[in-house]
Amino acid sequence: MTDLVFYFQVHQPFRLRRYTFFDIGHSDRYFDDVENARIVRRVAEKCYLPMNALILHLVEQNGGKFRCAYSISGTALDQMERWTPETLESFMRLARTGCVEFLAETSHHSLCGLFDVAEFKAQVNAQADRIESLFGRRPTAFRNTELVVDEKIARAAEEMGFQVILGEGADHLLGWRSPHRVYRPEGCEKIKILLRSYKLSDDIAFRFSNRGWSEWPMTAEKFASWVHGVPRADSFIGLFMDYETFGEHQWSETGIFKFMEHMPRRVLENGRFGFKTPSELAAERDPVARLSIPHPVSWADVERDLTAWLGNAMQRAANEAFYAMRPAMLAAAENGHEELLRHWRMLSTSDHLYYMCTKWFSDGDVHKYFSPYSSPHDAFIAFMNVIDDLARRAQRVAVAHT
Amino acid sequence: MKVLMFGWEFPPHISGGLGTACFGITQGLVHHGVEVLFVVPRAYGDEDERFVSVVGANEVPALEFVESASASASEAAPKPAKRRVRREAGSKVSDEAWSRAFSIVELLAIESPLTPYLTELEYLERLTAIEESGSGRRVELLAALAELLQVPRGDSSGAETSRRLLARSPLPFSGGYGPDLMSEVARFALVAAQLGVQRSFDVVHAHDWMALPAGLAAARSAGKPLVFHVHACEYDRSGDHVNERVRDLEQLGLDAADRVVCVSHYTAGVLQRRYRIDPAKLRVVHNAVTQKEQVDILHVTRAIEEPIVLFLGRVTFQKGPDYFLEAAARVIHIEPRVKFVMSGSGDMLPVMIERAAKLGLARHVHFTGFLKGEDVERMYAMADIYVMPSVSEPFGITPLEAMALDTPVVLSRQSGVSEVLRNALKVDFWDVDDIANKILALLRYPALVEQLTSEGREEIQALRWEHPAALLRDVYRELVA
Repeated sequence: MTDLVFYFQVHQPFRLRRYTFFDIGHSDRYFDDVENARIVRRVAEKCYLPMNALILHLVEQNGGKFRCAYSISGTALDQMERWTPETLESFMRLARTGCVEFLAETSHHSLCGLFDVAEFKAQVNAQADRIESLFGRRPTAFRNTELVVDEKIARAAEEMGFQVILGEGADHLLGWRSPHRVYRPEGCEKIKILLRSYKLSDDIAFRFSNRGWSEWPMTAEKFASWVHGVPRADSFIGLFMDYETFGEHQWSETGIFKFMEHMPRRVLENGRFGFKTPSELAAERDPVARLSIPHPVSWADVERDLTAWLGNAMQRAANEAFYAMRPAMLAAAENGHEELLRHWRMLSTSDHLYYMCTKWFSDGDVHKYFSPYSSPHDAFIAFMNVIDDLARRAQRVAVAHT
Repeated sequence: MKVLMFGWEFPPHISGGLGTACFGITQGLVHHGVEVLFVVPRAYGDEDERFVSVVGANEVPALEFVESASASASEAAPKPAKRRVRREAGSKVSDEAWSRAFSIVELLAIESPLTPYLTELEYLERLTAIEESGSGRRVELLAALAELLQVPRGDSSGAETSRRLLARSPLPFSGGYGPDLMSEVARFALVAAQLGVQRSFDVVHAHDWMALPAGLAAARSAGKPLVFHVHACEYDRSGDHVNERVRDLEQLGLDAADRVVCVSHYTAGVLQRRYRIDPAKLRVVHNAVTQKEQVDILHVTRAIEEPIVLFLGRVTFQKGPDYFLEAAARVIHIEPRVKFVMSGSGDMLPVMIERAAKLGLARHVHFTGFLKGEDVERMYAMADIYVMPSVSEPFGITPLEAMALDTPVVLSRQSGVSEVLRNALKVDFWDVDDIANKILALLRYPALVEQLTSEGREEIQALRWEHPAALLRDVYRELVA
């Protein structure tokens, strides 16, 4: 039996407004709420709502044989609560089918797992609590921001009680080994790791509408035949992708919804194949081997590393300055100024670093597409101005309490 | 492929801008195997004769004072150069680079006091310095040119007309310079027409309005296509108060040329709006950077500790010096320990000095006046930030010079160079808050400076003339095919 494990990432950051040097000390209005509301409503209309309706239909139509998982960042949940509550409602409806799993992640879609273990555990626990209260079940599977995993993060997730963690099936990680087996991260005793099958995932997420692709147009039949062609020994195929693929990155006109509507039925035509959620699959399968992950691996760009967030001087400086502020933020919160810690966490979202990326060629155009800034330098300036102001606020609080 | 090019300047008179660009284009074309016949006005009389031999215009008839450079260069080589002139300090191109380039390119010189962007007044000043101005020849010269330009495109009668004009007595184009700028431009063109008859080539390429009549005359005499390369148009130089005669000449060139090449999308927009030029024959070819042969080590000793923010350029409306001062006032308000330096001269300088005083910036803004030669580079190197707040800039080479010396740049989006540069902070020239914001960010966040300088250096090195030259070669091919 080979199972397809679908996991969709749902995320929206709190984008900053153009915060200039002259705002420092004068304004704590950091976020562009007009733009953030506009975007989440647009994405809800083009992607979340129609796609949730389709997933619900697939679950019902296939009598529970179609199953999938979501991870919804805390910032996306915040935005849905504020600006498109009907979207959150439709996710809750999916949860009630029992065929849809919700994963844990950091509450703010941050990279804190790489820099601050205490902050990491705080953010993951907060997110797990929230998922439990919204969707009725405490998450047993964990995915880190941008699928960033190394042995340290895997161990932290294990310590927090997760059964399974998701990762990228990067070539340099696997070598000759297949991404379609369950592994155990080196240094862990219980947790299992499921890897993304990047070729089949990207056939849907990136290449689907590419007319220059030799396989265009891709059909449900064609995709099912590729799936049916994998070796019998393969345990699963990890199809991990951004949920915004459907209707936002790939417009409805490309036929992406039609493809999703028909593909599960085509896959199920061969009795050797089924669908499972990550926790279901991990419960059934033992790891075939240990997987050594000495350096962090992500699902981004061709490098599958951290260079999209920490590749240049600006990103490293901004990141370093940001994490150095944590003690001051915690102190301010203890002194009754919770809003500083809340703002700081909203700034921990990895997108803020991503906008500063200068890998312009090849991968660069993807970065540009997602950035609200006209240049990575402008992104850096706005972010640095904002954290400068936040640091000053914390200092004022500290002075007032001594 | 052989191109007859009407370029500008040769050593020691490389004042930057147009001369440097023409030199770079020539080098790039040679790289792609295009043969170049490079024609320049011999404007000063002290040009380096190792590269070209020039005979005075009033000594012999036109056809004879145009000589092949390759022959004369080999002659000149054994004996020490008669008037070996040190290259002007700050020139961007080494002697070695010139001799290498012009060992392949044939360089021809026409005796003429024309230099790029000369104004009527400057021309007359220059003329009186050179010789007694003739008179009564103006009408003659312009009429002769008009007659030649009436030859329709592709008509074989051009050569005939050219010969007839030459045969006319007295020769309109020998015996001294034109009595005013326009007639000198016409005289230069009539000499060029002779080249069109005498030499063989596939296409003619002229740079900016002063060389346009020459290029057009040569093209019509030979029945060959013309490429008009616009580095700046009259609206860029003069804002809305244009010199109508210059503007009309540009219109003539834009209408008559088979292809119009301009240095930016920004300029392409100006040409379409102001001259109603047919977009089908318009091509954008950005400038590149003339790579230095050796990096001169500048020993800059800074007497002042405060960070320096620099404006360097003509102090005229289109360079936006007033926006620089407005931004300075905002920066000083937050960061009083910053020095602003305005280098350059121009009609707005007195107003700027008054404005600085009015804004309370007297202690913070320094006016150096016009800088030249090595002082320019020293100033760039001393500066912590270079700001180019141009209101209208067809291309704008100065940010590249600043970046080459590791000085980060704040740059107007209303410039051609902003279309090609990535490692510069871009602003709208009117948004003085944003200019100030970016200056402050550079002063406060060292990582931003590091980012811009380290990646900027690589970026500058990649902007080689081979790339635009390949585009120009394609333009020639379109016309010749």
